[in-house]
Amino acid sequence: MELNRRVFLKCIGAAGAGVAGAATDSTAVHAWESRAPADPLGCLVDLNRCIGCRKCEQACQTVNKLPQPEQPFDDLTVLDKKRRPDERAYTVVNRYYPGRRDERDQLVPTFVKVQCMHCQDPACASACIVGALTKKENGAVYYDISKCIGCRYCMVACPFEIPAYEYHNPVTPRVMKCTFCYERVENEGKLPGCVGICPVEAMTFGRRSNLLKIAKKRIESDPGSYVNHVYGEHEAGGTSWLYISGVPFDRVGFIQVPHRPLTELAETIQSSLFSYLWSPIVLFGMLGGIMRAFGGKSDRDINHKGEES
Amino acid sequence: MSANPQAIRAKFWTPGVLVMAFFMAAGAVTVLARFIGGIGYVSNLSTARPWGIWIGIDVASGVALAAGGFTTAFLAHILGRHYYEPVIRPALLTAMLGYTFVVLGLIVDIGRSWAIWKPLVYWNPHSVLFEVAMCVMFYLNVLYIEFLPILVEQFKGRVKMPGPLAALDGVAENLLGLADRILPRIMWFFIIAGVVLSCMHQSSLGSLMLIAPTKLHPLWYTPILPLLFLVSAVTVGYPMVVFETTLATASLKLDPEMKILSPLTRITIFLLGTYLALKIGDMVIRGTYVYLLDGTAQTNAFLVEMICGIIIPWIMLLSPAVRRSRRRLFIACALIVGGVLLNRINVFVVGYRPPVSENYYFPSISEMLITIGFISGLMFLYRFIATYLPVLNRPGQEVSA
Repeated sequence: MELNRRVFLKCIGAAGAGVAGAATDSTAVHAWESRAPADPLGCLVDLNRCIGCRKCEQACQTVNKLPQPEQPFDDLTVLDKKRRPDERAYTVVNRYYPGRRDERDQLVPTFVKVQCMHCQDPACASACIVGALTKKENGAVYYDISKCIGCRYCMVACPFEIPAYEYHNPVTPRVMKCTFCYERVENEGKLPGCVGICPVEAMTFGRRSNLLKIAKKRIESDPGSYVNHVYGEHEAGGTSWLYISGVPFDRVGFIQVPHRPLTELAETIQSSLFSYLWSPIVLFGMLGGIMRAFGGKSDRDINHKGEES
Repeated sequence: MSANPQAIRAKFWTPGVLVMAFFMAAGAVTVLARFIGGIGYVSNLSTARPWGIWIGIDVASGVALAAGGFTTAFLAHILGRHYYEPVIRPALLTAMLGYTFVVLGLIVDIGRSWAIWKPLVYWNPHSVLFEVAMCVMFYLNVLYIEFLPILVEQFKGRVKMPGPLAALDGVAENLLGLADRILPRIMWFFIIAGVVLSCMHQSSLGSLMLIAPTKLHPLWYTPILPLLFLVSAVTVGYPMVVFETTLATASLKLDPEMKILSPLTRITIFLLGTYLALKIGDMVIRGTYVYLLDGTAQTNAFLVEMICGIIIPWIMLLSPAVRRSRRRLFIACALIVGGVLLNRINVFVVGYRPPVSENYYFPSISEMLITIGFISGLMFLYRFIATYLPVLNRPGQEVSA
């Protein structure tokens, strides 16, 4: 029993040292820092240019070997319904009539391509329990299927509701979302499938900083045709995909998203509470002290009737 | 020693147990369907609604309602209040089974169940879920270790396995003897670790939703969500013990243990009051009371949670007469348990509003069958273990302080 007591005291002492250590380390709890790549690749979509031909959807399906859609890609009646990217399609084009009319008083459609925005500080990657989702230096939010356990917290975290899931695969389902053609861009030096095929250059591929300059230049040189907003410059702390538009974004399906990275609050709380595991160590020390003060010997022998009576 | 736990050895296959077995069988068939046809085959989950009742009830509520384990361990073992020992083992059993079924629920819910070990190898320290998973894993093992002495007590010196297994009797005896010698010396470590791990993941379960400010309804989305989760878990601990002990003792016709349960809920007045003050203070500071009368499903669920789950039972507990009456104390505690259950469902299911799709979610029959099957399985095992192992206090046993 004496040995037991000594071990106990030693452990409490160690916990106490931990408390002291944690107190001096408290300055080491830094303010939240972005882990975004400095100048990633990105893509600027000009909604004024898109003609809704759905070639990008087709190229995406081919390049990523996705299943054939039920209706062929040249069937534009698909546009009559609003769609979302899903486990069979990484990107979809939707048609909106935000109210603009042409000279013959016909409503002018605006087409919007939807895919993963490839956030600079992606909530999905911060949330992912195993780090299967990561932000790559070239801008892509990359999904590593070999780590994924299918908890779908990434889908909860994504503010744009992008990741889809293969719910009908019973054993090896995957999270499905735009890859920004990571391997194609990184290893083969090619353009993403959708960007390469676009017949009207609605998409511009390049460094994000350059794309922002181009976007602002286009808005400045033709302020009548554009609203003064680059969607994705600040949304969710900045995204690799950027949009400029001739009509207000909220009329063509874009949602309002906080301008701070969504990861900031949760990561700040987590790191200030648990960096170096200081709080569990302090708590352990405190409880050990209380146990020693109030519990007495018999407390360590609980659940064990023989020695207690 | 105030507690005298004994195996109950009552008749096991009562009509109630048969009903539980029926729901377990229905749940098992549905689980089979989930592993043949996929999550999509049995559930209403979608891109917009990736988490449903399996997370809201089986996992989040399961963890919260298992809080009786660490709160009673704190009271009796760390504060040394031995008076409460008769409820320790039932609370420990509830916690152990609760966490076991949390893990079973997760195995059904995650898409790649066979990959559930991967967080052990691939770490993401930024992920709140990673921390929760680690804590739950360690705590489940702590609970099993805390439960071991009950097995030792029952079987030491009495191991008699059937048929050819009899050859292993000696080995089993040696293991039990070893456990008997070692466990009392190290148990203090696991008891403290259990409380620490519980505080960590009970609060972090609330941090889970902080990453989705545009999705969780403002009535629940608050930076103090982890604090609210921790306080509500600590609060619900003793009421859950009352709830579950009263059910067990009533169904097994044992001493209702009112001498212990009544004083146990005195502290609940303070804890529940703190929780109420935090909830209301948070609502006032963030100005979310503007939503209170808008009549949406979210607001109504919030009002039910606040009024029936916190305010009414708090007022009830203020009265000593309520605390002395077995029936009224049970009602008050059941309301508190229901309130915390509803809070977890609200945070993970009702209050979750996808910003783009406005997708409506209601759990499918199969989702409910699996959840009900798990709850029945938990109750079935509780009764089975209480029947054959020394968990509950012996009927009619004089409880001395």
